[in-house]
Amino acid sequence: MNLPLHYIARNLWTRRLTTALTAGGMALVVFVFAAVLMLDAGLRRTLVGTGSEDNAILLRQGVQTEIQSGVSRDQAALIESQPTVARNAKAEPMVSKEIVVLIGAPKKGDNKPQNVVVRGLGEVGIALRPQVKLIEGRWFAPGASEIVVGKGVHAGFEGMDVGGSTRFAGRDWRIVGVFDGGASAFDSEAWGDVEQLGQAFRRIGYSSVIARLAERSDFARLKASVESDVRLKLDVKVEPLFYEEQSKALSQFLSILGIALSLIFSLGAVIGAAITMYAAVSNRIGEIGTLRALGFRRAAILWAFLLESVLLALLGGVAGLAAASFLQLFTVSTMNFTSFSQLSFGFHLTPGIATQAMVFAAVMGVVGGFLPSLRAARMEIVDALRAG
Amino acid sequence: MSDTPRSDAAVAGDAALSPPPIVRIRNLSKHYVRGDQAVPVLTDITLDIPEGDFLALMGPSGSGKSTLLNLIAGIDKPSGGELTVGGLNIAQLSEAELADWRAANIGFIFQFYNLMPVLTAFENVELPLMLTDLSRSDRRERVELALSLVGLADRMKHYPNELSGGQQQRVAIARAIITDPTLIVADEPTGDLDKKSAADVLALLQQLNREMGKTIIMVTHDPGAVRAARHVTHLEKGELLGTEVVSGE
Repeated sequence: MNLPLHYIARNLWTRRLTTALTAGGMALVVFVFAAVLMLDAGLRRTLVGTGSEDNAILLRQGVQTEIQSGVSRDQAALIESQPTVARNAKAEPMVSKEIVVLIGAPKKGDNKPQNVVVRGLGEVGIALRPQVKLIEGRWFAPGASEIVVGKGVHAGFEGMDVGGSTRFAGRDWRIVGVFDGGASAFDSEAWGDVEQLGQAFRRIGYSSVIARLAERSDFARLKASVESDVRLKLDVKVEPLFYEEQSKALSQFLSILGIALSLIFSLGAVIGAAITMYAAVSNRIGEIGTLRALGFRRAAILWAFLLESVLLALLGGVAGLAAASFLQLFTVSTMNFTSFSQLSFGFHLTPGIATQAMVFAAVMGVVGGFLPSLRAARMEIVDALRAG
Repeated sequence: MSDTPRSDAAVAGDAALSPPPIVRIRNLSKHYVRGDQAVPVLTDITLDIPEGDFLALMGPSGSGKSTLLNLIAGIDKPSGGELTVGGLNIAQLSEAELADWRAANIGFIFQFYNLMPVLTAFENVELPLMLTDLSRSDRRERVELALSLVGLADRMKHYPNELSGGQQQRVAIARAIITDPTLIVADEPTGDLDKKSAADVLALLQQLNREMGKTIIMVTHDPGAVRAARHVTHLEKGELLGTEVVSGE
């Protein structure tokens, strides 16, 4: 039989300052733990949300990013002729031939130049991304040296305002609009006319080709067709998979950093919990003796102190998680190692992360509370009554 | 007090005539090991305590009276000899069995009350019932009755620090009787109380003994407290000197 929960909870309340300080230490660790996981989740959501299951992306064989890739105009034309590619109302193939380049632009705040992705595309390219919405100004005009910037670029870089201009590839480019990429990686890009950008950057071919599939199930047929055509030395991927791969390096870095930081911090928090619980046991030796005399078994004492420690840790967990949830109000802009460009993304709290953070807190409670609880449970009744 | 020490022979003679005692002790010994030396605390104790008795254990500090009480209550293990309580040889029980046995058969009263400071009077008294299968409503009924019996029905929601020493000891008495135990053991129950509160507590113990037939074993230094008992057993240097009937019995 176990001791009533209110006995355990009230003991925490009785020494509320110590409880608050220990739980505060735990909260800090849970905050860091949750924050990194939220950052990772935000990154994944941003990049994976960038792609659509309806689109296939074609890149030069063996490359990971659009920046490294090259697709010739002939190859692009062959893709347009694939029967598995969807066609619009005018029976034109829904294929976007795009150029992706990096330019340097001064970041707001420190004015240091950072890479921004500039994507050249046409009307079809915009149509293939229904999540992208113009929120200010207008779209670039075909044949003009104009660009439209994502809201992350607009907010994060100097001089990226509608009506202004920015100079790259030997030209001044007028900024004519701002778009919302729907929390995707497009928020961190600037878009312009593919032909104009091609000329400015002296590109004969394209970086990538995005094709809307007639049916989602057509992907396998398109892939087989591209792979069997010797003229098309291209890799075909569904967009979400491509963007997930884009997030891999940064995601892995964040995970390792987060786990390493959390583990180091948790060591401190666990020691803090152990000290608190040892103190709790020392202050309650008489109570332990009494409870044992009344008939509570050693296991009940062990369980009571362990539960007290876990409850303490969960209090910290809730506080840490609550603090971490406010991070969702912030956006982070950092270098994506895969594309070497700045990428803006937010913290994203998921039920899975909340569960992981609470489990992490509970584990800290168990680890920190185990030895003190064992000490409490192993006391001899007579010694405990005498000492208490 | 009458001058009639109960010798071992007399104890054996009594046993032959009367029903079996609730506590039967034969050649009981207890020693503690300090370093590589065995320090004797109790030596060759033989004693019978009949059901319904109120026995006071008296003796100077270090005489072994609390140790004897702890052994009878099953919170310490003897080094040798026989000890049966209610016909059960408790020295042979495992630790877990002994815990269950204590929960069902022993009511404890301590010198410093030993209440849980974070629990109310009601919850303190209810604590031993958490080890039973009783329903919440049954537990409530019992606790209310026990607290009424000790005159604290109006203090149920009070925490120990909101009660006087005497009131705390009465809560402890309610806790000791809540499971209707075979035996109530009290270690210096009036040691921390003023005269008036001590008298109230002793009167309550007497009432439990006289009116409810509870067997009580009480360790005390206080000759005044002994007057509440039926018998008094003297110990010195771990040996039993004898048992007397308390005058007025």
